[in-house]
Amino acid sequence: MTNNFSVSGSPHIHKQGSISRIMWTVVISLIPAGIAGIIIFGWDTLWITLAAVVAAVLTELIFGILTKKKVTVLDGSAVITGVLLAFNLPSGVPLWLPVVGAVFSIAIGKQVFGGIGQNIFNPALVGRVFLMASWPKYMTTFTAPFKFDAITSATPLAALKAGRVLEHISYLDLFLGKHGGCIGEVCILALLIGAALLFIKGYISWHIPITYILTTAVFVYIFGGNKLFGGDWLFHILSGGLILGAFFMATDYVATPLTAKGQLIFGVGCGLLTAVIRIWGGYPEGVSYAILMMNAATPLIGRYTKCRIYGSR
Amino acid sequence: MKNLIKEFTKGIIKENPTFVLALGLCPTLAVSVSVANAIGMGLAATFVLLGSSIIISWVRNFIPAKIRIPCFIVIIATFVTVTELCLKAYSPVLDRALGIYVPLIVVNCIVLGRAEAFACKNNLSRSFLDGLGMGDGFTLALVLISAIREFLGSGQLLGHTLIEGFEPVFVFGMPSGALLVIGLLLGFFNFLKNKKI
Repeated sequence: MTNNFSVSGSPHIHKQGSISRIMWTVVISLIPAGIAGIIIFGWDTLWITLAAVVAAVLTELIFGILTKKKVTVLDGSAVITGVLLAFNLPSGVPLWLPVVGAVFSIAIGKQVFGGIGQNIFNPALVGRVFLMASWPKYMTTFTAPFKFDAITSATPLAALKAGRVLEHISYLDLFLGKHGGCIGEVCILALLIGAALLFIKGYISWHIPITYILTTAVFVYIFGGNKLFGGDWLFHILSGGLILGAFFMATDYVATPLTAKGQLIFGVGCGLLTAVIRIWGGYPEGVSYAILMMNAATPLIGRYTKCRIYGSR
Repeated sequence: MKNLIKEFTKGIIKENPTFVLALGLCPTLAVSVSVANAIGMGLAATFVLLGSSIIISWVRNFIPAKIRIPCFIVIIATFVTVTELCLKAYSPVLDRALGIYVPLIVVNCIVLGRAEAFACKNNLSRSFLDGLGMGDGFTLALVLISAIREFLGSGQLLGHTLIEGFEPVFVFGMPSGALLVIGLLLGFFNFLKNKKI
């Protein structure tokens, strides 16, 4: 009982959450998308995910020992980085690719800045962009769904970029993930189940994901079609990595603004950049670049959206 | 005598122009794609540095303080022109590879920095050794960076393939790779420096 009446400075109201609790919950929330990936693209995806996770955790462990800091392997943050990186890879990549990417994510994306809580960019996206710039050949070869013998197929967005007509893909196919793409991004249904868990637990707020998706949809609707206000916004929401990015990567605690106002700006910025890259950019997909660019802008957003201290002018 | 040797060696590690003073990063980023380019650029810069250090140190008492920078630039530009014309005459391939970065040695901060910080205050022999040391430090830094970048970015070293079946990491051949390598090496050298003291 005495603990309940301890005298201390604020804050007085505590939540049950701790870093490791939140991180492991996020890992659990990613499991549906992983299972969907296995169903759609075969068992290879499991090995890719495991390779990325093991490499990320080992790198974290080695850095923890070398820098003589508290080893932060067990809090699950490295596991998330590994899983998210793997979910951003096509299913046909050789196994060394996720390993190299995960080592780069943890070493360059996170540990050189000082480890957990210090990184200015989302580590998983740093790894993905590194792989994209280094081995584009592997990163843009996508396997067709439900055909496990490595028949390649373009992602819907890449096909759209190349100007081909997409008649054989319905919105339901896009929603369930029956199309080419990265391991974890294709099945929107599974991603939404995971995101719902995070919402119920209160670990992510609606600000970034909803503004992100809405901004992309509105911008694509206005400018994405042949004429103004004629874009296929539902297609753009359901294809590519938008849902995965909006719910699981743009909501990273460390590299995003803290205040609600700042998060709204962050979400709108991500949405605009994603839509601009998709419509006019050189790449078919722009989610990872959009989030990384807004990560870079986060300190600036934070500076202009500081909360007013109570009683000050 | 010991002091003189120190003037030479400080430029290589303790005051390395690239990794410690962080000067002249623009050409470092641009030409460190291959080791051959790096050696060429390093030697060209060393020649300019050496020549300008000697001349500036020699005439330092005649240069009015108010217009010293224009005077330095004229002297440096003379040596750069000599270098550029020699390169064009004897090694047109290297000249094409280095491109605009040879004429840009004129405004290279290492050359101007050493003229301003060292050569105009010290005697001939010390300035000579300082220029030589700084030039060597710059060359060694460039070779180190470009060796890492060339090996990772194309799997080669001086044009020879080292490991068969190595999948080149394209990013190291691009500017972002140059920034990555230089950043990590800067961090590593700072780590060494802090450890010693």
